[in-house]
Amino acid sequence: MPSLILRRFSFAAFTIGFVSIVMFAAVEALPGNVCTSFLQRFAQGPRLERCIEQQGLERPALVRYGDWAAGAVQGDFGYSLKKRKPISELIRERFRNTALLGGLAALLAIPFAIFLGIAAGVRRDRPLDLSLSGAAMLAMTVPEFVTATALIYVFAITLQWFPAVTIVSPGAGFLQMLPNIVLPVIVLSAVLIAHIMRMMRASVIDVMASDYVQMARLKGVPERRIIWKHVVPNAMIPALNVIALTIAWLLAGVVVVEKVFNYPGLGTLMIQAIYDRDLPLVQAIALIFSVIYVGVNLLADLAALALDPRLRRKGH
Amino acid sequence: MTEPLIKIEDLSLGFTAKDGRQAPILRGLSLELAPGETLGIVGESGSGKSTVALAMMGYLKPGLSVFRGRAVFDGNDMFALPEKQRARLRGSSIALIPQNAGQALTPTLKIGQQIGEALRLHTALTAGERGIKVLELLNRVRLPSPEDIAKRYPHELSGGQQQRAAVAMALAGNAKALLLDEPTTGLDVTTQAHILEFLRSLAKELGVAMIYVSHDLGVIARAADRVAVMYAGMLVEEGPTAEVLRAPNHPYTRGLLASIPRLGEPGIPASMPGMPPAVGSELTACAFIDRCPQARTACRDGVPQLERRGGVRVRCPFAGEPAPEHVTALREPQVQEARALELRDVAISYHKPGLMERWLKKPEPAPTVDRAGFILKKGETLGLVGESGSGKSTILRAIAGLAGTRKGSVTLGDGESLNAPVAGRGRETLRKVQMIFQNADASLNPRQSIGEILMAPLKLYFGLKGAEAQARAEALLEAVRLPARYMPRFPGQLSGGEKQRVGVARAFAANPEVTLCDEVTSALDVSVQAAALALLTRLQKENGSSYIFVSHDLAVVRAVSDRVAVLYQGRICETGPAEQVYAPPYHPYTQTLMGAVLEPDPDTAPILLANDMSEKAPPATGCPFQRRCAKRIGSICDTVVPPAQELQSGHVIHCHIQMSGTEAEKIGVAPELLPAE
Repeated sequence: MPSLILRRFSFAAFTIGFVSIVMFAAVEALPGNVCTSFLQRFAQGPRLERCIEQQGLERPALVRYGDWAAGAVQGDFGYSLKKRKPISELIRERFRNTALLGGLAALLAIPFAIFLGIAAGVRRDRPLDLSLSGAAMLAMTVPEFVTATALIYVFAITLQWFPAVTIVSPGAGFLQMLPNIVLPVIVLSAVLIAHIMRMMRASVIDVMASDYVQMARLKGVPERRIIWKHVVPNAMIPALNVIALTIAWLLAGVVVVEKVFNYPGLGTLMIQAIYDRDLPLVQAIALIFSVIYVGVNLLADLAALALDPRLRRKGH
Repeated sequence: MTEPLIKIEDLSLGFTAKDGRQAPILRGLSLELAPGETLGIVGESGSGKSTVALAMMGYLKPGLSVFRGRAVFDGNDMFALPEKQRARLRGSSIALIPQNAGQALTPTLKIGQQIGEALRLHTALTAGERGIKVLELLNRVRLPSPEDIAKRYPHELSGGQQQRAAVAMALAGNAKALLLDEPTTGLDVTTQAHILEFLRSLAKELGVAMIYVSHDLGVIARAADRVAVMYAGMLVEEGPTAEVLRAPNHPYTRGLLASIPRLGEPGIPASMPGMPPAVGSELTACAFIDRCPQARTACRDGVPQLERRGGVRVRCPFAGEPAPEHVTALREPQVQEARALELRDVAISYHKPGLMERWLKKPEPAPTVDRAGFILKKGETLGLVGESGSGKSTILRAIAGLAGTRKGSVTLGDGESLNAPVAGRGRETLRKVQMIFQNADASLNPRQSIGEILMAPLKLYFGLKGAEAQARAEALLEAVRLPARYMPRFPGQLSGGEKQRVGVARAFAANPEVTLCDEVTSALDVSVQAAALALLTRLQKENGSSYIFVSHDLAVVRAVSDRVAVLYQGRICETGPAEQVYAPPYHPYTQTLMGAVLEPDPDTAPILLANDMSEKAPPATGCPFQRRCAKRIGSICDTVVPPAQELQSGHVIHCHIQMSGTEAEKIGVAPELLPAE
């Protein structure tokens, strides 16, 4: 068992290392270098030299990768070209903001979606299931920027309950930030809930038809206990992968939603950095996203290990 | 007679079609069971036997409803009872032992937890007392080291152990009746025999009533006092097991018994023509009329009544008349001297060493199949028998090129090598080796019509197109006795037996030299099985084909094979002409297998020689059967590969015991015996 967990961890670490190499190599493969692509037509003379010196571009690529990777492990991603500040400083608050937004969305959506999925699966084809499945279909088909705009129109412009766009500074306190994240969290959760609920529903229906649930009924186990003891743990196992995949979608959704609400998170920073051709910053944010992605999948793997005794055998 | 424990009165149940028509699955069934009695309910798929058993618990599968009648258990009308009280009876007074314990145990809960749950629901024990009781129950079902088993998850137990754990769970609530739904189907013969002997002794010990539901008359013959034969949702015959099996009255019972292959009788058993009426269809005549050799016009006048004839109830007014004899058709093989296929010293391994194992140079585990060698002559059938994991399917897969060989050679009669995997074989080579699969359902593309399925190999191998291919496909259907109007149909519209016929026709479309039959009749009902065996035999005679016939069913292999190889853990234990392999002297493993076979004969009892432990991997050295052998002679069995002892005309036994002194140990007839556990 501990060796299995260790193996999962080392595999995750290996994946992140590999992603970092690919990302670094991609930037290297671009014509010119970080400084020429940033400075464009001003890439000459002392400006270019200063930039090259600051970024340490005169050193061989392998050494720079080693430096960059070693720094990243300690939270140091180098200097932003545009903002002329250490990237770690730029990112710190924005990371907190995005984590707040995405984390809250995931934290609310996942348990809620699982619960709804169970309810819909248990009451298959009855009014509750039909209305939930219909709503999920709708939430999945409407793109999030449309949902966001509609919510802004209703709750921000007409009812004026929440601000339409965020106008506080990235470093604002939690309470100040709170009214600004209500609408973005709703937009993000809607799609999350829809996907996870549908998977959970299908999975619950499968398990409800299994021999062991029939056996539990014939053993005289009350329905409520059947659902929580025999159905839910088994239905969760296939749903876990979908949850992990949906969280990956959440990372992309965060970028769009942050942009629509002008929310000061990593997403808006990333879009800005791309506009500015600030490659070190883009690299840093992309690496953070990939760490989150791998981390979430690792969590899903570990949760599956905890739920499914069949996976805990040796040789898996 | 004392007050019956279970009383089913004129019970009709089924589903209601969209147009409001009632489609019955059970049609006015009445049945009684006294306390402590053992009843066997036997029938083919769709006969409603499982539905009866579940009705005794007041359980209906989703979508079904009761039309008429009642099911009374211990004075309770099960369908009228409020859900709460019904739930209290289920699992306590009347408990189910499921068909497939592996799937009926919740995979995420430990064995101890699942038995504990039943105790929590049906007894007033405290948590601590429950823990002790769980161990007691596991001990009672004779599972080794109960403490360890209680902490395991279902998948960590072998099939036989899972079945025992399910029995322990059923015993948790002091049951008065145990329902056993195909309790041993899917288990190996030796495990089946052990579980059955255990259940018999348990019934005696506890005095509980037992209801066995099975398609296997051999199981019923061994386990049940009384037998109820079901057909199309009705009882057709019911009475004491010995009486019914010795002198069956109803033509269906006779046909069923005649269609079962026997160990002692070579040749293809008689099959019943036709099919039972569709589930839920309306009946205006005797349900068996289309398949009955004694049918006459009087049989069309409504459904016959169940009539008492001595100790037996029979649903046939003409049961007293002398019945036409069912005869087994002896095969007349035309075996030629020329070879169709030869395997020489073949080893097959699924093991792929990982990166770490290669670095550390870990020793490879013993291969799945080793030292496999045989010759298949033209026009001959070679049967491969053995329990699950014996490597019989693996050998077929290697011949078909689906599994790679590690060592040795596989060659066709003309010397052409079959060592290449299926992707590396030429079209002509592919044509020469065809396979018929166990599960016809899964091996036919559900989106292709029967015509398309049959014309694909015709086009691939012979370049036939259009009307020519059409005509050839129709001829193939004709050869497997299916009408040409089946051409546009899809596999989903065919019955199991018909699908298997299409599978056979597809293999023959290639006009192969060697046909590999992998458990081709295992998923079929016995009456359909007999027809499928007859079909294969006829096609062999017509085309001079050579078969390798793989099955776990020794009697089926006996029926169709000229030569037989007995496999254990991927090693051949015994090989030779069928009549010599099925007669003494035996390899100890062959003897174990033969002894465990249950025949539908009330006068035989299984002989349990070896224990039913299941082995995951073959031993690294010595005899493959060393760990279970009842006749082990010493350390030589563990270290030295047993020599091949040739007895006569190609009968070879791989064993250290000197076989030449013919010890005539009879198999199949035994005195009343104690379970050898």
